[in-house]
Amino acid sequence: MVKDTRLSARLWAFANWAVIGFFILNLFGMIATVVTSSFATRWLGTWLPAGWTTRWYSSAWDEFQLYDVLSVTFQIVFLVVFLSGLIGVPAAYALARRDFPGKKLVMLLFLLPLLVPPITFGIPLATVLYRAGLAGQMSGVVLANLVPTVPFVILVMIPFIEQIDTKIEAAARVFGANTFKLFIYILLPLLAPGILAALLLVLVRTIAMFELTFLTAGPTSQTLVVALYYAVFAAGVRAVQSIDAMAVIYMVTTLLWLLIALRFVNPTQIVARAKR
Amino acid sequence: MSDTASSIPLSQRLAARGLDGLTLLVVPAILFSLALFIYPFFYGLFLSFNPKAGGALANYQRFFSDSFLYGTIATTLWLALPVTVLTLLMAIPIAFRVRTMKHQRLLTTILVIPITLGTVLVAQGLLNYLGPQGWFNRALLTMGLISTPVKLLHNYWGVMISLVITGFPFTFLLTLSYLSGVDPALEQAGATLGAGPWQRFKHILLPLLLPGLAITFCLSFVQAFSVFPSAVLLGAPAGPTRVISIAAYQAAFEEYDYSMASAVAMIMGVVQLSIVVAVLAARGLLYRGPAGGGKG
Repeated sequence: MVKDTRLSARLWAFANWAVIGFFILNLFGMIATVVTSSFATRWLGTWLPAGWTTRWYSSAWDEFQLYDVLSVTFQIVFLVVFLSGLIGVPAAYALARRDFPGKKLVMLLFLLPLLVPPITFGIPLATVLYRAGLAGQMSGVVLANLVPTVPFVILVMIPFIEQIDTKIEAAARVFGANTFKLFIYILLPLLAPGILAALLLVLVRTIAMFELTFLTAGPTSQTLVVALYYAVFAAGVRAVQSIDAMAVIYMVTTLLWLLIALRFVNPTQIVARAKR
Repeated sequence: MSDTASSIPLSQRLAARGLDGLTLLVVPAILFSLALFIYPFFYGLFLSFNPKAGGALANYQRFFSDSFLYGTIATTLWLALPVTVLTLLMAIPIAFRVRTMKHQRLLTTILVIPITLGTVLVAQGLLNYLGPQGWFNRALLTMGLISTPVKLLHNYWGVMISLVITGFPFTFLLTLSYLSGVDPALEQAGATLGAGPWQRFKHILLPLLLPGLAITFCLSFVQAFSVFPSAVLLGAPAGPTRVISIAAYQAAFEEYDYSMASAVAMIMGVVQLSIVVAVLAARGLLYRGPAGGGKG
């Protein structure tokens, strides 16, 4: 198409870029504030802090018991990733390959936990988990986090599975493979990129999942994001720089996994989850 | 006919309808969702009609007679609706601009960062950044745009800004993914026939995009409506930004009244759902055909 060179079109383009530039500038300003503050000795009423130090990291590490928090976080996250793959991938396979009565209803059942926000379904869910004696410990947190991640894996995997030629599976069946062997030798290798992408997305989302963990976690089952919330909530008890050091540790953890995930998925996939 | 039908084994008849051993693989996931999504919902619904004191409707009566409680609906809508409309109005033109851009991936990667970091970290960052001594106010003072620092924290605007920071990328990336599903050939055909940019947008792209935008609106609205951490950390949780999720949380974990908390959660769900249903019903009136050109 011919590029529009009229003044109004140029002004409009400029306005668009100005909005996006302003947004990114403030986003980076916000992140840079946290990072700068975490290395600051004293920072009051000036552009930059009076001096630089790394001691807030060691004090945050001790004060917030970050070793325990991080190990709990990763245990929860990896359990969630593993279990949502284990439950989600076979279900996605069945849904991609078979048409059965009530399939639409089943799809709706898997779409709803992604459309309803976590805090809405989290409160009744937490009530049930507390009554069952599971909340307040790691198993309850894992179960609560699985509620949106299992459907997420299913909905991400269905298009991946539909791409695979059914003739390959038919050939395996002809040579006498049962469903289990078919999964291990045929589907798993073919689906590996899709499974990896889906599980990495689950991982990134679970590290940052605040609401469900917050509603179900006890003192020994807090993940990093919930510990950060409590630290910010009780601000004034600890030095701001200490909280910021913890925030930087959280940021590094999340963004590291995001970078790994982005090698396998498109950024738009992180939000465009319920797309048909 | 009926003789031949009954002589076929049941397993084969089921298989013909798509039910065989392979279909059973979906069962664990269904049971899981029933146990941890559907059952808690009905449990909560049931519990909300069994209040600590009073008749079956006591919780709902209490909610709608106490302005401290029913006011949260208006407070939340007053935050969620402007944010959703604003982010959508920002996202549409920028998505159009970006869709033909060369380094699109760099921009989408930058924009996915605030979504990944989540609302808690954004809240902590904004507490410093927007504060009276923060870089934002400092920059405005230096440029001479303001004479005293603007108060952007612990009020409506703090929550609003944090919702835009996490909401805009979400809306933008969704809009972009819908926009990339529209075949560029359709727009080129319009251009060949002499349509200007505005005409192409109004008569070709917008009608094709509207159903997707309706979904985007719903998802963004529901996200903004369930705002919790930033309303507590950046807002004034006792007053102007006492959103409905704070009311539900306080009932459950400060008053330990799970029955009341369930009632508030149900009301929250109903408000969300009624807006979503209204938008989707309006979407039903729109064009819903192929946007992929000749391939259908």
